[in-house]
Amino acid sequence: MRPAGKGPLDSLYFSYPRFEAQVAPEQNGEHSLHPVVIVGGGPIGMTAALTLARYGVRSVILEKKETFNDGSRAICIARPSMHILERIGAVKPFLEKALGWQYGRSYFQGKQIFHLEMPHPASEKFLPMYNLQQQYIEQYLYDAVKAQPLIDMRWQSDVTGVSDIADKVTLSVSSPVGSYALEARYVLAADGARSAIRSKLGLRLRGENYEGKYVIADIRMHHDFPTERRAFFEPEGNPGGTVLIHKQPENIWRIDYQLKDGENEDDAMREENIRARVQAILRDIDHSDAWELEWWSVYSANTLCLDDYRHGRVIFIGDSAHIVPIFGVRGLNNGLADAHNIGWKLGLILNGLADQALLESYSPERRGATLDVFKNAGKSTRFMTPPSRGWRLVREAALSLSLRHEFPRGLANPRQMQPYTYSDSPITPFANRDAEFSGGPVCGSAAPNARLKDGSFLLDSVGDGFTALLFTSEAGAVKWEKLFTELKAIDPRFVSICLSPEDHEAVEIFAAGEESLYLLRPDLHIAGRWKLIASEEVRSVLMTCLGLKKTWGAKNRQLKKEHTHG
Amino acid sequence: MADLEDKMPFDDFEIAYDALAGAIDRAGEQKEALFLTKLALLLAHNLKDVKLFQQAVADALKDVEAQGQDSLICTN
Repeated sequence: MRPAGKGPLDSLYFSYPRFEAQVAPEQNGEHSLHPVVIVGGGPIGMTAALTLARYGVRSVILEKKETFNDGSRAICIARPSMHILERIGAVKPFLEKALGWQYGRSYFQGKQIFHLEMPHPASEKFLPMYNLQQQYIEQYLYDAVKAQPLIDMRWQSDVTGVSDIADKVTLSVSSPVGSYALEARYVLAADGARSAIRSKLGLRLRGENYEGKYVIADIRMHHDFPTERRAFFEPEGNPGGTVLIHKQPENIWRIDYQLKDGENEDDAMREENIRARVQAILRDIDHSDAWELEWWSVYSANTLCLDDYRHGRVIFIGDSAHIVPIFGVRGLNNGLADAHNIGWKLGLILNGLADQALLESYSPERRGATLDVFKNAGKSTRFMTPPSRGWRLVREAALSLSLRHEFPRGLANPRQMQPYTYSDSPITPFANRDAEFSGGPVCGSAAPNARLKDGSFLLDSVGDGFTALLFTSEAGAVKWEKLFTELKAIDPRFVSICLSPEDHEAVEIFAAGEESLYLLRPDLHIAGRWKLIASEEVRSVLMTCLGLKKTWGAKNRQLKKEHTHG
Repeated sequence: MADLEDKMPFDDFEIAYDALAGAIDRAGEQKEALFLTKLALLLAHNLKDVKLFQQAVADALKDVEAQGQDSLICTN
């Protein structure tokens, strides 16, 4: 919502463009089977389209609205998401505009009880977190989409029907300039929490709703405090409720505050009440100067997801598949990981390099990530919005003890987003090789970065295909040329990177020895690792990751069963 | 339950009993629940044995439980 007298797009700092509906080629009698149609032109849909374009795959994006998201909504971009944005060639404006951060503080009754420090080793290129308003996220992704001839973005285009039949999906599309049918080999449903595709297919999200409600208000003020996450428990300015404060670009500050139990939501959302509460909170942080109200909304925590993220040729990505509590900044970030995950898989399938069977790994990997989020988010949500008197009492007791004792302070840790490890994935067949290593990133985890001896970052040399990191003192690794040639014949985008003992940072981070090899997937997760190269297994993992080798039948069935009961 | 009871000589237990009574009064009616919860968390931490703590919670809950068993202990 916006202050009285302002329209929904009257922002203090952002000028919303208006995108007209265009006559679609289908309305002129052109008939084509599109490789991919993406429903929803938010950050997730656009990221999927940009990922597909890296593989030369055309896509159509259908966006219902005429512009970017009103208000601000998602604001925290985690390090793994910056890598995704970099891989799709869009990270530059994000780095220029976003505010990076790594610290946080939690207070109880005005006293600091917890200091959050997210690791930021010199080997990493990006900070652990960046704050940026969703409009800018969408603007920058749209700029990349506009520059990409393989993407046809259609604004003001609403999907009114969907039929998913054996070898194609037909969508009914309605726009101000008419209606038409659109056929696609695959549909990515990126149409958000209230996904129309989901309801038209009769699918439902399942899980838990938490009762505690938070107001989210963005204000503009000149306030001298670094970009950190601040959490206030039982502050004077909002008795009985928690407050979170984040800094955003353009002197915009995000104030989240918890409503008291039984507080009337309609009353709380009235402008004069928003202003009064924000004013009281600002007194707590010693801000007495003027401020302006930009936008506000209300939020309650949910942990909801689909039983399966794939329904035939329709694949759900982002909020259409899962709704997670905001406290761990996992909504946008997990959505971006969904988009990138399905993007490279579908890209390689539509290139004819991978088999459609590869799609069977999408739901176990990304739904697995959601369930992992639920596990952590459930804990932080119970702390942020205690659901009963018992939870409230232990929280107050723990906070009170935190004033003088170290042991309960970890409870105030927001448990920020960590990338999920796909060690149980059907396409991580040799996770048992982890036992050979004394450390380093495990099979299925997101690869860490490292500075190389020439000063560049390791992950900058990774391409859009699979990548072998070979640790060897032998110049040029002639010995393994045959294997790499074979791998390149399977995946033409395959690259190999040789790391010498002089790249000691990489050697240490990956706990590598002479002739150790890591195979990275296009999304930088580790497909497999060998302390001493086992050529047959390396080849086998690549084939598995392309859906060309079903070494994982039994494992997959077991996973499916777990997920059904999950 | 036996090992919980066996640990403390009766005289010491009586000292604990007196200390708790006095402390509840000092906390006052408004804060007694908060005080007791703090105390329980501190003791849980000092006990260094979550199973023993869960057993104590279950034992203390006997004959005072208002709701069903499902509200007993959250282990995750």
